[in-house]
Amino acid sequence: MIHAKDINERTPWQELTPGGEIYEPGTARLFNTGTWRTDTPVFHEEACKHCMLCIPFCPDSAIPVKDGKRLDFDYMHCKGCGICKEVCPFPAITMVSGGEAR
Amino acid sequence: MSGPLSGNEAVAYAMKQINPDVMGAFPITPSTEIPEYFAQFVADGEVNTEYVVVESEHSSMSVCIAAQAAGARAVCATSSCGLALMYELLYVAASSRLPITLACVNRALSGPININHDYSDSMGARDSGWIQIYAENNQEAYDNFIMAMPIGETPEIRLPVMACMDGFITSHAVENIDLLETDVVREFVGEYDPEHYLLKKENPLAVGPYDLSPFYMEHKVLEAEAMKAAKARILEVAAEFEKISGRHYGLFEEYRMEDAELALVLMGSTAGTAKAAVDKLREDGVKAGLIKVRVFRPFPGEELARALAATKAVAVMDKSEGFSANGGPLFAETRSALYDLKNRPYLIDIVYGLGGRDITVQGFETIFARLAQITATGETGPVYVHMGQRSKED
Repeated sequence: MIHAKDINERTPWQELTPGGEIYEPGTARLFNTGTWRTDTPVFHEEACKHCMLCIPFCPDSAIPVKDGKRLDFDYMHCKGCGICKEVCPFPAITMVSGGEAR
Repeated sequence: MSGPLSGNEAVAYAMKQINPDVMGAFPITPSTEIPEYFAQFVADGEVNTEYVVVESEHSSMSVCIAAQAAGARAVCATSSCGLALMYELLYVAASSRLPITLACVNRALSGPININHDYSDSMGARDSGWIQIYAENNQEAYDNFIMAMPIGETPEIRLPVMACMDGFITSHAVENIDLLETDVVREFVGEYDPEHYLLKKENPLAVGPYDLSPFYMEHKVLEAEAMKAAKARILEVAAEFEKISGRHYGLFEEYRMEDAELALVLMGSTAGTAKAAVDKLREDGVKAGLIKVRVFRPFPGEELARALAATKAVAVMDKSEGFSANGGPLFAETRSALYDLKNRPYLIDIVYGLGGRDITVQGFETIFARLAQITATGETGPVYVHMGQRSKED
């Protein structure tokens, strides 16, 4: 059984899976979709109260959480939609123009 | 066991004997009776199928896709515009390699609105990646449905199967047919046991991923290879089926083709009328024969070319238009298949029977007379013609 990490743009058709099905969960982690951004959120840690409101609002699970605290954005998957900035009750998230992570 | 059953009843009965896990159910004339009869089997506790009532054919096929991906065996029935509404999902089912079985009761597409038989619905779906098997009569409709799963579910194939029959002509006419015992059917069809499925807890499955240009083509090649491999599997399953039923099936049926010089290539219930015409002409010493295409996808091109190699003139009978302005779909496939022959027969296309327009034995005699004329003169005349329509030239 072939794993997603072993499939790349050199894999011949004979070794790919029927219908492109993937035999394991969580493989979106391997796929960089952060390049699609036109706007980028910036996290201001000093203003964050870790209320965790932004986490469930993020459509892409691009805000990692560790030990009850949110970390900086996962820019590999953040599409820059800005919902987190809208729901943040504090000045902990601002949006800047452009796709580059700051 | 035998009984008088309509084509719809015969297919619903086959479904009952198979006892599939899920049915995505939505009615449309003339296939409505299939989910209707089956609902009765569900209500009576004769099957333990999850009968999912939905609001459209787009959804009934979606139900089947989800169920089959989850590891269940799913069935569906539809016709005409219902099949057209499924088109998007037909491709999803096939390209996700989910061997769903669909009873397609062929009917003309709108518009103008028409509920009678032709093949415009399933011919529109001919490039969707589904295996397509067509029945001449009720017996074949029953038999083809039972053979569908052992074909489609084969691990090297994994393609959905459309078991087609002619709307009203086959679906609603009652014929006495032979039925297999239920335990024989269950053993023949077996359990659906896919290697991977959504509910397999050891390795959860992702189905239908985003597939950009670095991968899409490879997956289409895999799908095309599966369709090519299906031809041999269809014959294998037919041979196994013959052992339990005594009935023989091939990719197509050759009728009085041994020494035939003039031949027809056609599909479905029309074959009954055409066989009567062939018999009549044989009595008059005309070397007439016909080929009834049973499997349209995968198309048996090489086999058909061999079967027609010794003929002199052939009329392909298309019961769907296609609007290519170059002949109907069966003609396009047949002419392409014959190209590699060293000595090709003369070939014409006759589009007939659209929206349920009848064709008669006399009609076929006229066609054979034209084939004889072509053979005698070497002049094909118009290659692509319509037949049966009123005309000022009548």
